[in-house]
Amino acid sequence: MNKIVSKEHFSANVVKLEVEAPLIARSRKAGHFVIVKVGEKGERIPLTIAGADTVKGTITLVIQAVGGSSRKICELNEGDYITDVVGPLGQATHIEKVGTVVCAGGGVGVAPLLPIVEAFHKAGNRVIVVLAARTKDLIILEEQMRQNSDEVIIMTDDGSYGTKGLVTNGVESVINREKVDLCVTIGPAIMMKFVSALTKKYEIPTVASLNTIMVDGTGMCGACRITVGGKTRFVCVDGPEFDAHQVDFDEMIMRLGAYKDIEKK
Amino acid sequence: MTIEELIAARRAEPWREALRKSKKNKERTDIPRVKMNELDPEYRSHTRLEEVNLGLTKEQAMQEAGRCLDCPNPTCMQGCPVNINIPTFIKNIERGEFLEAAKTLKETSALPAVCGRVCPQEKQCESKCIHLKMGKEAVAIGYLERFAADYERESGNISVPEIAEKNGIKIAVVGSGPAGLSFAGDMAKRGYDVTVFEALHEIGGVLKYGIPEFRLPNKIVDVEIDGLRKMGVQFEKDCIVGKTISYEDLRTDGFKGIFVASGAGLPNFMNIPGENLVGVMSSNEYLTRVNLMDAANPESDTPVLQGKKVAVIGGGNTAMDSVRTARRLGAERAMIVYRRSEEEMPARLEEVKHAKEEGVEFMTLHNPVEYIGDERGRVKQMRLQKMELGEPDASGRRRPVPIEGAIETIDVDEVIVSVGVSPNPLIPRAFEGLEVSKKGTIVVEEDSMRSALSDVYAGGDIVRGGATVILAMGDGRKAAAAMDADLRGKA
Repeated sequence: MNKIVSKEHFSANVVKLEVEAPLIARSRKAGHFVIVKVGEKGERIPLTIAGADTVKGTITLVIQAVGGSSRKICELNEGDYITDVVGPLGQATHIEKVGTVVCAGGGVGVAPLLPIVEAFHKAGNRVIVVLAARTKDLIILEEQMRQNSDEVIIMTDDGSYGTKGLVTNGVESVINREKVDLCVTIGPAIMMKFVSALTKKYEIPTVASLNTIMVDGTGMCGACRITVGGKTRFVCVDGPEFDAHQVDFDEMIMRLGAYKDIEKK
Repeated sequence: MTIEELIAARRAEPWREALRKSKKNKERTDIPRVKMNELDPEYRSHTRLEEVNLGLTKEQAMQEAGRCLDCPNPTCMQGCPVNINIPTFIKNIERGEFLEAAKTLKETSALPAVCGRVCPQEKQCESKCIHLKMGKEAVAIGYLERFAADYERESGNISVPEIAEKNGIKIAVVGSGPAGLSFAGDMAKRGYDVTVFEALHEIGGVLKYGIPEFRLPNKIVDVEIDGLRKMGVQFEKDCIVGKTISYEDLRTDGFKGIFVASGAGLPNFMNIPGENLVGVMSSNEYLTRVNLMDAANPESDTPVLQGKKVAVIGGGNTAMDSVRTARRLGAERAMIVYRRSEEEMPARLEEVKHAKEEGVEFMTLHNPVEYIGDERGRVKQMRLQKMELGEPDASGRRRPVPIEGAIETIDVDEVIVSVGVSPNPLIPRAFEGLEVSKKGTIVVEEDSMRSALSDVYAGGDIVRGGATVILAMGDGRKAAAAMDADLRGKA
């Protein structure tokens, strides 16, 4: 049982929870995720860790209500308990000084991108963040990103904030004006697919952090498997980050829809 | 006292001698072996949770116990990885002292009600029974074990094994499956302060996520776990050693010995086209959804595909568990697809028999070569290569060889791949200094289960790669004995 010590609404469907988990807070690194389950009959779902406070012994999770289980988590309030939180899982992000890093985030993918932005910035890289959303209200963590990077570019589909356009337009504008050594992308699978296609064209090494269906999250079930460079890999133990140019995003998108028809409300 | 001396001393007790003399051996061997009472196959193939085997009645158990000749040199015990004193518990059943029988089981087994259900006794204790040498069927040791354990549980008089004086030495166990629980029980009896760390949200490992309710109800596992709690064993769930806490953390926290029983991790796939289509999954995923997450229950948030035409690839016990589960979840056609013939199947005979009774089709000498999906990426067909048996391979079984051009296409809407597992890579990656085999198993000394790290022992599937509950439990016992001896030596 893990207590929720604070809750903040980022938008109508997106909440930020600070959850007591002292052991995870101590051992987690950028890129790690946890498995969370709400209620005795709850579903186990993976959530990437968006931050941690080792003094308070808490981790930060940002959740978008998209299905029954994520809605259940979003409906919890400060003082409530999450039945199970386990982690940190997966391989941590490989952080080193490479030069200029473009970090492209969309949707709630922006939240797990934050610790990666912080880490690359601390390692002495020039970090440019591209945040994208449908509309102004859905842009999250802008201030924190500004504090931990050299530049933040905002893209909105409707042009209500920043520049009108897609995340790829933002990334390409950077590529067109300066040398980019690495791109990191987290967001909806379809977004990562297009970011990857773009950077492939420019031959810029790109890492995507994938969020697939999982059950145990420790390598046991294989529900999270994807094809990377023609080989089957498990996101939970081999990932969640992979060379985006090698990932079969179409297959991943298809597999994400496995339970669409029968998902419980 | 050595085991041999203990066997002799117990056998010499007056009641035992009297009981032995009460019947001639001929009378005993003439009694036919008891048949397990079972649920009706048609009924049970549509009921998700009810146990298939119903257990023996008192009368049946006492009669079956009367078949045992109470041999002076009980070979059955050599077949038991946890050295249950088999004649002693059986003779207690024969004389009607069922609680005594249960106590005998618990002397060496942390999970008698589990073993009585899922052990392959026909390959273990029963394979060494004297009756077989006389051309008779073995004493039904497994059924009797289950009877005694169930009787004790249902009586409410559950005994707690004797615990040595607490020695204050902290021991950590990684994983709460059969190896870990068996180890924990033995160390608690020796007075150690044992904490079991479990990665999942339930204690029991494969007993909970793997073996279905119709073969091993979770509540029976829970009673055995409660027994360990009463012996002082502590359980920490949602805690992954190597992730949540490290090997160094355990040492800093004062744990003097660590037993790694983290089990079989990664499911194997066959690497054939279409294997990542929606509807194709590992038996681990399928069974975990149904057993651990209770996904077929409308109250559960976890979904599970409930196919109408389900193929399960493989011929082991896990394959049988999967196919029988599929039948219970409404599959009109539930098929086992196995590349060898039925004779080579690793599954227990009982499981194969039960599956057939429940209407499972057996497509032996067939091997999938491709899965075909619909426009949404959902599996709709599988292509099977027909096989024939050739020369024996390294396993001694005849090697299946493809019959050229003999390909069959079959409609399916769900495929469960049950072709084995590879060891969980979490621990080998997290414990620096461990020796790990090419297959990814932890290398240990055979007698002591000690790894390359002097305070780390390992057993069960993380060492064996994929075996049975009872072999895992045997490893736990061996490791406990060795760790205890090592720690005493140091003291």
